[in-house]
Amino acid sequence: MNAIQMILVVLVAFLAGMEGILDEWQFHQPLVACTLIGLVTGHLDLGIILGGQLQMIALGWANIGAAVAPDAALASIASAIILVESGQGTKGIGTATGIAIPLAVAGLFLTMVVRTISTAIVHIMDADAKKASWRKINMWQWIAVCLQGLRIAVPAALLLAIPSTTVQHWLGLMPTWLTQGMSIGGAMVVAVGYAMVINMMASKEVWPFFAIGFALAAVKDLTLIALGAIGLSLALMYLALESKGGNGNGKGGSSSNDNSDTGDPLGDIIDDY
Amino acid sequence: MADKKIKLTKADRFNVMWHSQFLQGSWNYERMQNGGYVYAMIPALRKLYPNKKDLSAALQRHLVFFNTHPYLASPVIGVTLALEEDKANGAPVQNEAIQGVKVGMMGPLAGVGDPVFWYTVRPIVGALGASMAMQGNILGPILFFVIWNVIRLAFLWYTQEFGYRAGSAITKDVSGGLLQKVTRGASMMGMFVLGALIERWVTIKFTPVVSKTPIQKGGYINWDALPKGPRAIQQALIQWDKGNGLSLTKFKTTTLQDNLDSLIPGLAGLLLTFLCMWLLKKKVSPIWIIIGIFVIGVLFHVWHIL
Repeated sequence: MNAIQMILVVLVAFLAGMEGILDEWQFHQPLVACTLIGLVTGHLDLGIILGGQLQMIALGWANIGAAVAPDAALASIASAIILVESGQGTKGIGTATGIAIPLAVAGLFLTMVVRTISTAIVHIMDADAKKASWRKINMWQWIAVCLQGLRIAVPAALLLAIPSTTVQHWLGLMPTWLTQGMSIGGAMVVAVGYAMVINMMASKEVWPFFAIGFALAAVKDLTLIALGAIGLSLALMYLALESKGGNGNGKGGSSSNDNSDTGDPLGDIIDDY
Repeated sequence: MADKKIKLTKADRFNVMWHSQFLQGSWNYERMQNGGYVYAMIPALRKLYPNKKDLSAALQRHLVFFNTHPYLASPVIGVTLALEEDKANGAPVQNEAIQGVKVGMMGPLAGVGDPVFWYTVRPIVGALGASMAMQGNILGPILFFVIWNVIRLAFLWYTQEFGYRAGSAITKDVSGGLLQKVTRGASMMGMFVLGALIERWVTIKFTPVVSKTPIQKGGYINWDALPKGPRAIQQALIQWDKGNGLSLTKFKTTTLQDNLDSLIPGLAGLLLTFLCMWLLKKKVSPIWIIIGIFVIGVLFHVWHIL
């Protein structure tokens, strides 16, 4: 890796760190972060495949209330760097996925540190607000964001500082039963993310939808887009029938209050604007 | 209110929307998104309150506790923009009214944003992109990035505009039908897709061999009868016919996995998911569950179960 590539890797890491807290552009999601690391290091294919694998694991990771999710940013950036430096090609993806998990935990502690520092920063903002100096508030907001960026950029730079031969040596020490076992674990660990999501969404009303989805997925001819279309249609049909009050148990009353409500959420949103 | 002296133009409001993307930048344990909220409001407050004393009061007003879903903050910001604009033009809007609107909206709106964005749109778009990316297709990450950000930016802008126009009336709409309906619809679709994802992507393959029965003559490829050289490979492949034709060996081996698949495909993955749900409900940290699964994966592989 040459100097320009290293700088670009650190930049991508910085971006991922910022996004890890902002959660807007999704530069911290494995699919984007690993692809970008692959792109700047000249291993685009590897980055994309690793990103896809990690994304499947991280699908359900989200910070909700008190539930703290593992940190996708450090996991994606660091495991992508390790994979590129290992020189193992696609064979190393299973191991990189396994390494990503402890890194996700480490990232969690780093973000807690920065969030604690931010508590001090908002006190400085308080003082600036009293003096009406909005420029300083803006500046401190940026400092806080940059600290979150450094949270990933610094570990990435440290990883780059380790010569790739050392990384290869360490990975070479791992026996095959361990790497194969980790690949198997990686394929199963996806379930945790899904379980987190289900626990948040599940209600009596939506379980039948889950059962239909599970049963239909066994039909391998159906692509993900087809399944999505079926799911969306079922939900729309359910809501439409409900608002028409097909079983005549008073549900119809609520919809008659609102003439514009066609029972089509998407259509209603479009009508509203 | 046609006689407003200071008015927020579309450009001002767009500027606020752009700034609101940094809402969580100074997320802290004390007042959470307060720093980001004031940062988002600053372009508007600066214009509305040229007087230093008023500006200082406004800045402090928005440095109080605030926390909601980062995208669903947009309608709240829209409403507060309308209120601040009225206040700057001399309307008797109390501090408490502005605080009340913010606090009143952030709870229910967070309840809408989490299932819709984190638990429906991101898993679906993410799984779509990831399934393409795992085959090395660059369209996977590009689709994910473009679809997500188009949805997100459109949502930020239109809900903020909606909040700005509706003023405080939006609070009623939140408790009313539409948003709730969207949330419910999203949950239904989300659960459907989750069921599908678990079947497709939670892979557990049990390797123990349950039975090994000899196949009758003619049911398997007679390797000795094949012609010599490369033609043998061709013949064998034709006879094998991607697994639909003759068997490769003299024995039919049935693994535990084959038995499970003939019962319910993906059953093991489903049970693992239910186990994880149960553990999460028992307040076991997701990180420990993840580590546990890796340990089990390695151990079971060593014991030749997986």
